[in-house]
Amino acid sequence: MQRYIKVGLLISALLSFSAIAEALKIEITQGISSAQPITVIPFSTTQVADGLPVDIAQVVSDDLARSGRFKPLPRIDMLNKPSTAEHVNFRNWQALGQDNLVVGKVIADASGKLLVQFQLFDVYKGEQLTGFSIPADRSSLRGVAHRISDLIYEKLTGQKGAFSTRIAYVTSMPGSNGKTEYKIQVADADGYDSKTIVSSTEPMMSPAWSPQGDKISYVSYEGRRSSIYTQTLRTGQREKLRSFKGINGAPSWSPDGTRLALTLSKDGSADIYIYNVITRSFRRLTRSYAIDTEPDWSPDGRQIIFTSDRGGKPQIYRIAVSGGQAARVTFEGSYNARASYSPDGKFITMVQRVKGQYQIATLELKTGFTTILTNGQLDESPSYAPNGSMILYSTNDGLKSILAAVSSDGKVRQKLRLQGGDVREPAWSPFKSN
Amino acid sequence: MKRYQKLLMSLLLSSALAGCSMFGDDESATSGINGTNGSNETSGGASTTGMSDGNDFTGHPLDNPASPLATKVIYFAFDSSAVEAQYEAVLAAHGAYLASNPGVSIFVEGHADERGTREYNVALSEKRAKTVQNLLSLQGASSNQTEAVALGEEKPVALGHDEASWHLNRRVELIYPAH
Repeated sequence: MQRYIKVGLLISALLSFSAIAEALKIEITQGISSAQPITVIPFSTTQVADGLPVDIAQVVSDDLARSGRFKPLPRIDMLNKPSTAEHVNFRNWQALGQDNLVVGKVIADASGKLLVQFQLFDVYKGEQLTGFSIPADRSSLRGVAHRISDLIYEKLTGQKGAFSTRIAYVTSMPGSNGKTEYKIQVADADGYDSKTIVSSTEPMMSPAWSPQGDKISYVSYEGRRSSIYTQTLRTGQREKLRSFKGINGAPSWSPDGTRLALTLSKDGSADIYIYNVITRSFRRLTRSYAIDTEPDWSPDGRQIIFTSDRGGKPQIYRIAVSGGQAARVTFEGSYNARASYSPDGKFITMVQRVKGQYQIATLELKTGFTTILTNGQLDESPSYAPNGSMILYSTNDGLKSILAAVSSDGKVRQKLRLQGGDVREPAWSPFKSN
Repeated sequence: MKRYQKLLMSLLLSSALAGCSMFGDDESATSGINGTNGSNETSGGASTTGMSDGNDFTGHPLDNPASPLATKVIYFAFDSSAVEAQYEAVLAAHGAYLASNPGVSIFVEGHADERGTREYNVALSEKRAKTVQNLLSLQGASSNQTEAVALGEEKPVALGHDEASWHLNRRVELIYPAH
């Protein structure tokens, strides 16, 4: 009987795994030849009685490939599959042109607790670069795999990995009653393990992470009018901000988590306001007769960039959080909107209209130099990874809206296909996401 | 009967739409075009004859197909919140209706097409709604009878990625919730 139940559990675990695997497909649409060749050997699981629900090496390999910095060797080209250093013949991997090699295994103790061990080698020197033993249980294996990816990525690039972070996005699809169903979902950075945090038959938009990654603010039209809500992810509880007549939109958290910049139109046209989370008070920041919206904070918390059509067409402007005159930031193109800062504050990314198409661009603040990163027709909502390496955005794929990612130098692009309906407005979490 | 009125309304609304040049491939609206010439050649909505002068209409004035009040959606040019001349009579009629029915209040719901960024489109759609609101006020509608709601590109009526769809989505809807 006991055994029967175990088999049942395993089957359902496998079923749900394949359902997820089907839900998401990552497709690299443009790559670069300078990606580093790396081999991630399948981890040995011979010491785990029931096998594992997650192929750790595959998750690591996919993570590294998605970054655009690495080119993992396909399994079919692997000569053998060692799981410990003593079985690795480095000359064989040198002959395959591999720079680095990862081996690993999973072991289980008597109580069923798992330990995931891996080693990263420099193939030419035949040296170990790093190696870890990470405790795990069956439900945390994907998380452990992403941590391994982070450790490898940081060791080889010198930059912190962002594979253990999460993404939030909005979906919409026709519901059973003929009404559109809108959802805000949160998933791992690779799109797996998505969970709906709120759903509604009225539109929802503009999800924004708190700097601690524990809350998401968003706009909801439930009850016909727009309101901003802040929801705590762990509990699912949410709080409605005091709302005003007209627009209540575009929430953006200050880096210190004490304030939200947002858009209200209670005093006439859309303007930027600062809401203090502690005192629950609102302060008006911009005072134009034009549209001012889509605020985003500089990483030092001193400046806010926003979209304004005060010059006739939408362009990006910058204003001190303390107030004063706004200065125009973008001059190239007749449409620049929804800008956000790179984590180091040196760049902004935004939507730019190029020959009638809407594409993701970056602008280097020091030089004003603009780079177009994408080539879609209706690309929007760019969001930097917390390490600045990639930008997630939404793009059109036939009639559907899907998520896509581009390396921040524009060299690698990929599509993330999530199941069901339109997927849009991605927001990449900060590093501290729980 | 109620259902019949609704059908007539949609037929007439679609004929009004057919008058504008950008009208494209909206599946729900194309069926009624034949009704405009007073003939009864359409199959499902056969009895549209005789409605053109509106004199025999006995329903609610907001449903009278011969009245500009029957039109409750107006359309805009790209990135514009200016009301086109063809809709001035429609808004004048609604403004006058509200002025003479002070107990009635409506939502003036602004929308945008999918091009451009979402929150900017919310603001753009509010500008459209507010322009309409002002024109209604000029006809004597009180400001507390109209509430502007800005939905941006979040509730499209047409889903194509072309001008035919975009045109239908750049709109302001006058919504009489109590009607």
